Order: sequence, then structure tokens, then C-alpha cells
Amino acid sequence: MSKKVFSRPRSLKEAVFHYCPGCGHSIAHRLVAEVIDELDIRSRVIGIPPAGCAVLAYNYFDVDMIEAQHGRGPATATGIKRARPDSIVFSYQGDGDLAAIGIAESLHAANRGENITVIFINNACYGMTGGQMAPTTMLQQRTTTTPSGRNNILDGYPVKVSEIFSRLPGVTYLERVTVNSPAGVNKTKKAIKKAFRCQIDGLGFSLIEILSPCPTNWKLSPVDSCKWIDDVMSKEFPLGVFKDNTGAGKKTGEAAP
Amino acid sequence: MAKRVGMEVALAVAEAVGQCNIDMAAVYPITPQSHIGEHLSDLVADGKIDAEFVTVESEHSAISAIIGASGTGARVYTATSSQGLMLMHEILPIASAMRLPLVMGIANRAVSGPLNILNDHSDIMPQRDCGWISLFVENGQEAIDLSIQSFKIAEHKDVNLPICVNIDGFQLTHMVEPVEFPDQELVNKFLPPRESFATLHPSKPVTMGAFAMSDYFTEILKAKNEALKSSKKIILEVWEEWAKMFGRTYKPVETYKADDAELLVLTMGSMGETAEMAIDELQAQGASVGLVKLRLWRPFPFAEIKEVLMKAKRVLVTDRAVSFGGPGGPVCGEVKAALYNESHKPVIYSSIIGLGGRDVTVADFTGMINRVIKGEANVDTYEFWGVRE
Repeated sequence: MSKKVFSRPRSLKEAVFHYCPGCGHSIAHRLVAEVIDELDIRSRVIGIPPAGCAVLAYNYFDVDMIEAQHGRGPATATGIKRARPDSIVFSYQGDGDLAAIGIAESLHAANRGENITVIFINNACYGMTGGQMAPTTMLQQRTTTTPSGRNNILDGYPVKVSEIFSRLPGVTYLERVTVNSPAGVNKTKKAIKKAFRCQIDGLGFSLIEILSPCPTNWKLSPVDSCKWIDDVMSKEFPLGVFKDNTGAGKKTGEAAP
Repeated sequence: MAKRVGMEVALAVAEAVGQCNIDMAAVYPITPQSHIGEHLSDLVADGKIDAEFVTVESEHSAISAIIGASGTGARVYTATSSQGLMLMHEILPIASAMRLPLVMGIANRAVSGPLNILNDHSDIMPQRDCGWISLFVENGQEAIDLSIQSFKIAEHKDVNLPICVNIDGFQLTHMVEPVEFPDQELVNKFLPPRESFATLHPSKPVTMGAFAMSDYFTEILKAKNEALKSSKKIILEVWEEWAKMFGRTYKPVETYKADDAELLVLTMGSMGETAEMAIDELQAQGASVGLVKLRLWRPFPFAEIKEVLMKAKRVLVTDRAVSFGGPGGPVCGEVKAALYNESHKPVIYSSIIGLGGRDVTVADFTGMINRVIKGEANVDTYEFWGVRE
């Protein structure tokens, strides 16, 4: 009798992902679901899908999900967590959602140190609407709204979310990872697990930035997309832990009584 | 004679805007508007138009950015849809209060929730009272023509108001249609550079968007209302000039085989052409029906709508949006208000149809009309045509 060593996470529904071949969302979804299973928190998890390619994430995660308007995930997450502190709340956001239209909500939830987890998918473009320039688009990168390549004079510079957010005292744990290789996937899973653990332990705001391939809009093959993350994207967005205060224990109030 | 080409309507709108010598566009992508912004960025990158194209981070910033540019006297454009328009909502009445001639294309799409990316008019209806001129088009050619005319109307010295061109999302924006672009020299003649009456410039300081408490607030709002109401005169003049120069006529309220019809059906937007086919079919069967198409949503053309509808015994108003808890569809509410004080007015029926991209077919129109003819439609309420209950 052979032993079953690999199966679908219980936190993923029996549904086929709609994502493009080579897209990183499917991997990131699976990793989040595996972590939820392994931490045995499925009955407590409430997820927030974004506007963007992952808008249908509720079709895949077998946990409570509430759709937020474009960019408003961390504000909605704040409300859920404050009203139900026993729940484990994660907001799943792309770079248009988090770094463009919703940067205010994201930054302020982080600054308040809300005890929530943000999974941030950085694919250097607006994927769902057709590959337009995102705040995270590389300089010189061609998109459907920067047909000659992103120009720093006209379009500014790639917004480095992990670098910026890690400067906020409210943030407890923040790491940038990628899912472009088996080693990267394993590392990403560890980071996601640590982020959820951070929330379970009541330590405060955690954010995992995942550099994620977008072969359709990059006009590259899935293999070349993974290579592009190594050769180009991770040069602009270096991988690593940007902040880890999980060892410092729970925050204490500093306001006057 | 301009050459006819086949082109996706969203691209054609961008091409038409590109003919208008704009100084700046700020656009945030949203389905089904994205192709308008993308194509404008192409035109700028290819050097075909000398304008700034700003890849802003949200619609709220897009509309705010063109307010700033317009304040300096620039000719500006943006385009959006659905949630993007809802996000702009806060800024819309401010733009009209500042009397800035912004031009905006709207690829009309349903508003969440539930989330839906397909066509209806629920995005423009909540903007109804923001003080903007609001026009509806029925096909690609009208989208081109009205986009160009909009700059002339908005920037006219007696108007100075923002204007939006409603283009049904997908049903129009993503269709490849035969269109012709007006000759560029004629467009230049039709649309000279903007002359603004007040601009942000240090040599002659002005304040835009100043604070006003109860001592002046009412007067300023009345002034805005007067400006919007009297813009109809300029709109009519611009359409007359357009007809002379380009041969295509536009009216606030248009009719199709409506003469002497006992029952008139009213549509707004792309449904008009489908309704025409239903009218043809029913007239061939001997029914006394005709079609009325509303082009000018704001300022509402009270006189024109009365003139047309008062000849009928019954009117069936179709709406692509719901006024929840209200008197029917938003268009129907306006039509009823327009006729209320008339004696011997027609009986008005209200049908809500085509929400969230649900297809509206010729059979839907013949079905709705036949229900009214047979006396089966309820005049005391409104119905969601084809809804499953």
C-alpha cells in the first residue's frame, strides 16, 4: 500500500486556477493555503481578495473571504481584525492595488501596526487590465502605457514597497521573496508562515512581497520570465528580510494613561 | 470626403481626442476604458500629438491632475469607467464649480456590487447632479464626433463646464466599427486653441476653489445651475456648426419612425440601434410604434422631450440602471417629471433592462412593447425585464 505524500491543501477548493500559464499567483495561493493548513488556523482565517488578477481568489481559498474595493484591503482588514481579534486576517494584493491606488490604506494600516498579514504580489505591471505601467514597473520596461519604456522623467521610479514600509515603526515583519525557482518557493512559504505566525502571536503588521512572473504581459516565456526576475527585477527589488522584530515580543502602549 | 476605416471604438475615441490638440491627458486604466488610455499613450510616444500623458496612480488623481492642468489654461482629457468614475465622484462637482472645461470619456460599466465589468449605466447615474454636461452616443462614429465637439462645447466662453461622453462599455468600446475621421484641417478650423477666461498664472493671480459659507454658497450653486441650463444653447450651436462642416446632425432628443406613433419607446445609448430593428419589425406588422433616443442627459432637454412625447398616447422608457427605492429607472424619473404639469399627457411605463452586460436583443424590445400594447404592463410600478425570480 503506497503512502500519499502530496495532496491539495484543505484550504484550497477543488477549482482550476484561471491564471495564465507561468503566473506566480497559483503558487502563491497554494503556499498561503498550505500555511493555513499547517498552522491549523483555517477556521479562524478571513481573507481579502483585491481588484486585479487575483480578484477571484475567493473561488480558490476555502476560507471566509470578503472582497475589498481596489486598494482598500488593509482598511477592510483593519475593521475585521479590530472587531474579531481572534480571527486571522490576510489581505492579498497586487502592485496596482497596494502600491498605486491603495498605497494610502496600505501605508497607514502598516503605520498603525495593525495585527494583520499582507501578501503583496509584485509583477511589475497592472496584469489584469492589460499590462499597463505600475508603480513597480522597471525603468525602460515597455508596457501598454509606456510603449517607449518607463521614463523616470515622465513616469517616476519603481516604488520599493518593502524598503519604504520597513521604515515604519508599526511594521513587525517584512520580507521580499520570489517564486521563480523551487528554492525561492520554499523560502516564500517559510516567509508566509512566519508572517501568519507573527499575527497569531499578536506581534503586529507583517507583509510579504513576492516577485511574481507575468509571462503574458512581459511577453516572455514562463522560463524566461523566471530568469528575468533573477537578471533584472531582483536587481531593482533585492530579496531578503527588511524587518524582523518578531523577537521583540508584543508591542506595549506608549500613550499617556 | 474622409476615408472610412474599420477601427475598435476605444481606439477611435483616442484618435479623435488626438485630433483635438490636447495639452495633457491623465488616465488610470480600468476595464473597459483601458484601450483609450493605452492608445493615447501610443500617440504621445509616437510623437503624433504633442501632449503630456501622465500615468497617475488612481482615478482620483487623474481627475485632480487634469483640474490642475485645466486651471493653467491647458486643454485636457481623461477617460474612465465604473468604479473609477465612482472614485472620481468627490472631485466632479468641484470641477464644475471651478468652471473648468474638462473632457472625459466614460466607457459605461456596471458598478459593484456584485463586481461586474460589463455594460450598463449605473456608473454615470450617481454623477447626475455633479453639474457636468453629459452626452450619450449610440455608435463609433458618434463617439468620435461627440468627443471632438465636447472640447468646443466645454471651452465655450458661455459654458466653461466639464463634459462627459458616455460610450457603452464593450457594446461600443470593444466593437470594430466603420468610422470616418474628420479632416484634420477642418477640425483645426472647428476647434481653435482654448481661450480661458481665468488661469493660474502669477502675472494675474486668481483663486480657484475658494471657501464659501452660507452668505455666498447658494448664489454660487445657482450660478452653476444657470450655466449648465444655458449650455444647451451652445450645444445646439456647436451641433449646427458640426452639421454644416461635417454633414452629420445631432439633436438632444432624436427620433426614429416616431411620426404619428401611438406608442413611443425611449432609449439612451447603444440600445437605440437594436430598438430601431424592433420598431421596423413591429411597424411591418401594423403596430403604431416609434422610437425616441435621448442624447443629452444633462442639461436635461425638457422642451425637446415634451415636444416629442406629448404626441403619443403611451411611452415606454427603458433604463440601464436602477434608482433603488425610487420611482423607476433614473431616465424614467426625469421623463415623468418633464411631463407632470402637462394635461393630456401620455401614460408612462418603465422597464429596467440590460444590467451588468445582460444582452438586450430585438426580441426583448418587441416583447416589452407587445406587453404594453396588450395592456399587460403595470403602469403603477416598474419592471426588471427578463429577471429570474
